[in-house]
Amino acid sequence: MQNKNNTSGKKLLVVDSTLRDGSHAIAHQFSKEHIKDYARGAEKAGIELLIVGHGNGLGASSIQLGKSLLSDKEMLMTAKKELKNTKLGAFLIPGFGTITDDLDPAIEAGLETLMVATHCTEANVTKEHLLHAKKKELTTYGVLMMSHMISSKELLAQALLMQAYGVKGVLLMDSAGAYLPEDVTEKVGILVNGLSVEVGFHAHNNLSLAVMNSVAAVEAGATIIDTTSRGMGAGAGNCQLEVFVAVIEKMGFKTGLDLYTLMDNSDKIIAPIMTKPQVIDGIGLTSGLAGVFSGFGRHAVKAGKRFDVDPRDILVELGKREIIAGQEGIIIDVALYLKNKKNVKNKNAEIEALI
Amino acid sequence: MTKKKVKVGIIGTGNLGSDLLMKALKSEYLEVGMFAGQNPESENIARAKKLGVPTSHLSIQAIENNPECCDIVFDATTADAHVIHAPILKKLKKFTIDLTPSRIGKMCIPFLNMDECLKEDNINMITCGGQATIPLIKTLIELEPQTEYAEIVGSISSKSAGIGTRNNIDEYTQTTSEGIKSFTNVPKAKAIIILNPADPPIIMHNMVYTQVKNAKIDTISKAIDKTVIAIKKYVPGYKLTVAPLYDNGVITMISEVVGRGDYLPPYAGNLDIINCAAIAAAEAYAKQK
Repeated sequence: MQNKNNTSGKKLLVVDSTLRDGSHAIAHQFSKEHIKDYARGAEKAGIELLIVGHGNGLGASSIQLGKSLLSDKEMLMTAKKELKNTKLGAFLIPGFGTITDDLDPAIEAGLETLMVATHCTEANVTKEHLLHAKKKELTTYGVLMMSHMISSKELLAQALLMQAYGVKGVLLMDSAGAYLPEDVTEKVGILVNGLSVEVGFHAHNNLSLAVMNSVAAVEAGATIIDTTSRGMGAGAGNCQLEVFVAVIEKMGFKTGLDLYTLMDNSDKIIAPIMTKPQVIDGIGLTSGLAGVFSGFGRHAVKAGKRFDVDPRDILVELGKREIIAGQEGIIIDVALYLKNKKNVKNKNAEIEALI
Repeated sequence: MTKKKVKVGIIGTGNLGSDLLMKALKSEYLEVGMFAGQNPESENIARAKKLGVPTSHLSIQAIENNPECCDIVFDATTADAHVIHAPILKKLKKFTIDLTPSRIGKMCIPFLNMDECLKEDNINMITCGGQATIPLIKTLIELEPQTEYAEIVGSISSKSAGIGTRNNIDEYTQTTSEGIKSFTNVPKAKAIIILNPADPPIIMHNMVYTQVKNAKIDTISKAIDKTVIAIKKYVPGYKLTVAPLYDNGVITMISEVVGRGDYLPPYAGNLDIINCAAIAAAEAYAKQK
């Protein structure tokens, strides 16, 4: 098979966010043992960049988003000890983590790469953290979350801001798992043409399209794909690392990763940690259709039970209100609103309206 | 007017400064002697000029050139700029009310420490999230001194967050959590700030969480009601939308601030609360003068 090159001619970077985004699946309860074992496995598989920390990034351990078992610094230090060739990375959302309390301690723990993420319309809030990390000689990436909510033209304008802050690449995050492959082709393509830095994609699996969308991104010129082992993540989960690597290699791309080790990491390290298999249930599917952050599912189920409301209705209403990640508090508000709203005649009417 | 008004200067003509201008113009105790920014083309400066307010595009230099223009200075620029402005204003002997998250002056919440602040030459209004939540947390902790942890999540509409707020998002977050710790002595505090782009814009609201064992929720609710009434005196649009709930060792409540719509529409409660607090501080200074 020929060694295909993507349009930019650059090597494909398969980012491993298992020890970050994966933690949503176990309510941020990764232990030292888990981190040690997985980091060792990632190193062995040839992973270039391993992202570690709370599921919502540095400094996000909170009542609102869920407290992690270990501090970010403990997690990073534990992982760092196992890494030699694999670079240690972290994720940070401005407004959650701060330079003093979170980023500088992470740098002390050996952080080498930082992804700074924000809602897709708010790129200018990443400036402070991106510039600070760059000054500290970290490799930086910008991430635009909930990127299904705005047009490719608007996304490009936001990505150009991040490019001006010195990032190595900009990733589009499909936080809701709402993209169809044709959306990926269009949006990634516009960014690849409009930016001088690399473009990446972070998929969610709500519509069972995470691998397919990641492949579409590569075909449109993306050179960074964010994944997790076993697809571990919030709601329906992420792009499954070992499956994506198998598919993209079958298509003729080279990743430099050891597929059998990736499979072993998934089957032998991650499977025993997970409390339930990563499946697309009605909640995950509804959140993909409604275009709401995958992490809301768990909260919607809880609020639905508490107020005797169908959690799918809560998700649909959250989508209508354009509630974004970090606003989990509003879920109770919405549940109460729906409880008081008694005029639901056709139970399927709302979901049908979305399709 | 029986009493002579005290003159104030405003540096910074963005969202915050422009809202502050409208509030100062309405005050019985204050008179605006200077509204200064950096951009000669600024629409906000042009608008102030039309209202008959002395304006300048020389920023802090406008006050250095004409120190007589005011006794009180509001700094609504950025944390970095205030580092430069603070010593200049001190030398000019201006009572300085800093609205940036610079953490230079004494942190001021009118409901909690107005008298002490009047003895200072530079006071800091912390952040909008801090103004909205610290009085609630302080009230809780006075009743529950065993509280181990306090957390606030402030949500503001994207439209109300100008470039100053955005460039200082890190200081904003850090200053809010430090404000909580310094006023309440809680061992651990966390602040989260979220800019929400939803259209129509969301009204500024703040979740407050505290962690404590065996909370006396009835006593707490009554005390919180009293605090809310006290804040309403200087922030008319302040209200509690979810009264304290106790579940699993965590007290949760939500406050909301509907702005007066002086500059940006009522959703921008974040501008309103910090500016109302700043005006309350300026008026307290003017009254004792």
